[in-house]
Amino acid sequence: MTDYVRQLPPHQFVQRKRVSEWVRVDLLSLFLISLIATYGLVILMSAVDQNMARVQAQVIRIIVAFSVMVVMAQIPPRLLLRLAPALYLLGLLLLFLVFLVGTESKGATRWLRIGPIGFQPSELMKLALPMVLAWYFHDRRLPPRPRHVGIATLIIAVPVLLIYPQPDLGTSILVAASGLLVLFLAGISWRYIFSLIGLFLVSAPGLWFVMTDYQRGRILTLIDPERDPLGSGWNIIQSMTAIGSGGLFGKGLFNGTQSQLDFLPESRTDFIIAVLAEELGLIGVLALLSLYICLIGRGVVIAVQAQDTFGRLLAASITFTFFVYVFVNIGMVSALLPVVGVPLPLVSYGGTSMLTLCAGFGILMSVHTHRRITL
Amino acid sequence: MSEPIVLKDHHDESRVFIDRVFMAFACAMLLTLLLAGRMLYLQVIQHDRYATLSESNRIQVQSIPPVRGLIFDRHGELLADNAPSFSLNLVTEQISSLDETLGRVEKRIGLTTEQRSRFERRLRRKQRPFESVPLLHRLSQEDIARISVDQYAMPGVHIEASLVRHYPLSDLVTHAVGSVRRINEDDARDLDKVAYSGTDHVGKTGIERFYESRLLGRVGYQRVETDARGRIMQVLSRTDPVPGENLELTLDAGLQRVASEALGEQRGAIVALDTRTGGILAMVSKPGYDPNPFVTGIDHASYALLRDSIDVPLFNRAVQGQYEPGSTLKPFIGLAGLMMGVTTAEHVIDDPGSFQLPDSERLYRDWNWTREGEGGHGKVDMNRAIYRSCNVYFYGLAVELGIDRIHTHLDRFGFGRNLAHDLPEAGSGLLPSKEWKRSVRNLPWYPGDSVNIGIGQGDVLVTPLQLATAVAILANRGRMIIPHLLKDAELPLRPNVGIPDDAWRVISDAMQDVIHRGRRGLGENGTAWAYIGMDIPYRAAGKSGTAQVVGIAQGEEYDHAELDERLRKHAWFVAYAPAEEPQIAVAVLVENGGGGSEVAAPVARKVLDYQMIGNSTIARRSEYREPTFALAGAHRD
Repeated sequence: MTDYVRQLPPHQFVQRKRVSEWVRVDLLSLFLISLIATYGLVILMSAVDQNMARVQAQVIRIIVAFSVMVVMAQIPPRLLLRLAPALYLLGLLLLFLVFLVGTESKGATRWLRIGPIGFQPSELMKLALPMVLAWYFHDRRLPPRPRHVGIATLIIAVPVLLIYPQPDLGTSILVAASGLLVLFLAGISWRYIFSLIGLFLVSAPGLWFVMTDYQRGRILTLIDPERDPLGSGWNIIQSMTAIGSGGLFGKGLFNGTQSQLDFLPESRTDFIIAVLAEELGLIGVLALLSLYICLIGRGVVIAVQAQDTFGRLLAASITFTFFVYVFVNIGMVSALLPVVGVPLPLVSYGGTSMLTLCAGFGILMSVHTHRRITL
Repeated sequence: MSEPIVLKDHHDESRVFIDRVFMAFACAMLLTLLLAGRMLYLQVIQHDRYATLSESNRIQVQSIPPVRGLIFDRHGELLADNAPSFSLNLVTEQISSLDETLGRVEKRIGLTTEQRSRFERRLRRKQRPFESVPLLHRLSQEDIARISVDQYAMPGVHIEASLVRHYPLSDLVTHAVGSVRRINEDDARDLDKVAYSGTDHVGKTGIERFYESRLLGRVGYQRVETDARGRIMQVLSRTDPVPGENLELTLDAGLQRVASEALGEQRGAIVALDTRTGGILAMVSKPGYDPNPFVTGIDHASYALLRDSIDVPLFNRAVQGQYEPGSTLKPFIGLAGLMMGVTTAEHVIDDPGSFQLPDSERLYRDWNWTREGEGGHGKVDMNRAIYRSCNVYFYGLAVELGIDRIHTHLDRFGFGRNLAHDLPEAGSGLLPSKEWKRSVRNLPWYPGDSVNIGIGQGDVLVTPLQLATAVAILANRGRMIIPHLLKDAELPLRPNVGIPDDAWRVISDAMQDVIHRGRRGLGENGTAWAYIGMDIPYRAAGKSGTAQVVGIAQGEEYDHAELDERLRKHAWFVAYAPAEEPQIAVAVLVENGGGGSEVAAPVARKVLDYQMIGNSTIARRSEYREPTFALAGAHRD
């Protein structure tokens, strides 16, 4: 089933094993992720009013997520390749179950609850979808033929259409992005890409009629936040005010009036970048963006160095999906994009996205550290 | 099985992949630059704007309402003060279910649908989150207790105290002082947003309205840092409000009480003026009403009751009510005759009881005319024409004067004009002229119109205030006064009415004879002698009058007794005292009272007594009974 077998020179087998071969992690990305998470903790400390119980809870989540990352890094990509279709089908099944018996919370049905354990199947899909697509393409000729593109599109569409009505626009965008990225990286022809963009542009006015009032409100709010300044416009007005008032150097950590006086809503989750922008200014934001770019750059290097189709497609998809997170979150908080619920990766308070992201990075590390042994 | 074996071109695949990865990475870099650019735009280019927004978020400029100026009478008695009032306010952000909370409030202290809908209107005008919106005003101590006990169960429900206008004398001075009302949306459009930023009330009538800017004071501010819930974190700076100016009125609350009691339950009005200054000493309009419920918002039912009452208590009869002056106009017509050389004090006419214009069949009757032709006053000169109130004398005089001269003369006394200085509701009355009749009725002036004007009937209309003012000017021998309520009001200068001494003497003597000319003294009594003149311990001058009832609206359904009562003539009495050095002038109107001397004169006497004799003797005066030998004649004039 491997795409090709590599003949390794015998002396590599007798070499003394390095640490990175006992515990297979990519130290550079681990370092960058730790840096971002630490930076995030500092901002979070301000966003939760220095409530140490909350900070502690987040530290525990980070430790758990890092552990998952390390564990994932040990799983050889070959195993993932084998598990991919099963994981995907499991994901679909669970999404379907959410559809039937999901637990409602804050007006959305996203959770499956089995006893005390809550679980969001859409999170599993964030990894299972790129995996199954990488699996699908790994032994097919690339660039893919139209028929394969069609089937891949179907593979993407089914989970997205199951997640979208939960409703969870943010996650369905991220899942769709992770899948479409695989298609793009697999080298589908520009014809498809441009016709997809063209189709989107043509149907954009039509989408308006498909959207719910709530979603229309989000878009109208983006165009003119003042139309309902105390209601739907409040979040975006307050976040732009927080960001803009931060200026070049910020008001100082813990000194942001917008965040400390509770004008900024969701300040520890989706809107945490506004806290950073207010307190540490443009410098603080650029520092975070640089860290993100470094991590993405590392992901790109890992993807390029990967030796098989499965590994490189998966690694690159995970890397760029991470970027979509960053872009959508900062874009929405700074009023470039409508507000969809996407957290700032590795920084926002909460465990779910942290866990999925770290599991993704674990896979990335696994791809990297197992690249030489592909028997 | 049937699928062809696909051979992968690893080299090509890898090249395509690497192309795509770098393309994607380039895209990501571009989009990151876009984000960085957006941040640069917001944080550097637009920084000032958002810094200001952030400050205005954080820093609230809270207005501190000034304390409204108090209003005192001339002796320092409080007419309008400020009392604490408690309101029930809701902060909807702290309430999970508004309906449930409203239900709880309703269960404890009651809540009408009207109060509910008013609250909902106010809720829509809310400016920022966590602003508290008043639900109920003027909570009683019991209401406060009922809410306080269960307040822990009703988060978001707050009791707030504020100072609101309070009128300790209730309905006694309502029409004189006026009142404040809650600012409604219409008011809000016209008012200075800054000056009223902390104030919920504005003067709507009377003194409260006229001196609004002085009573209001200047609003104060404090800059406070608040959180998004509106909680004050710290006070950054404070500018204290400047309280409104206290006003001292010319009004005498004691005299006001006496006047009000003298009028009793009758509908009518009394205006008493200080003839030396024009200051209003008393101003009563009955029925009155308690202005206090209006301050915080009267409920619809109570308001409808006041508004729709046929007694129109909201109407200020003293300054808005326009009535025929009746015979109280006669001294002014007589004075016109003397001043314009149309007649002399000595000129005598023979009164057969009725008057006829040449070439006219119509009989203008005197009040003591009889069908048998035995009435009339016989020989009548100016003096007797006034103290016996002879109509025929003035019919003739008015015709000889003609409307132009009557108009010129009466105009100087303020008839048909509003001379009032600080009474925003004051009316102008109506002084007809040829031009007026031409433009309003499109008819020429007939001599018959002048006949009626001679006895204060026809089209001429006055307010009690106007009549009191005219009497005061007459008492002053023509020196002008401007009626006003504020003690230190800056009054405009208006020309005096030049009254020659001899003419004034004739009229003054005649008006004194109305009261003092008793049977025992001079052989014939004045019209008011029997009612007030017999035991009066000071010299006063006066004149009675009756006014025909003009306005019963067609089609209104009254029962017959009511109709009869309301068709009776209005009784007037005007007076001033002391006769030689006048201090006070008074006009009394009793609606549907009947005879002026009989009904209105005793009321005027009580007002004069208070001023002339003082408080201590009032009790004795109140025991005064009508003399048993009073002449018959219900409609004596």
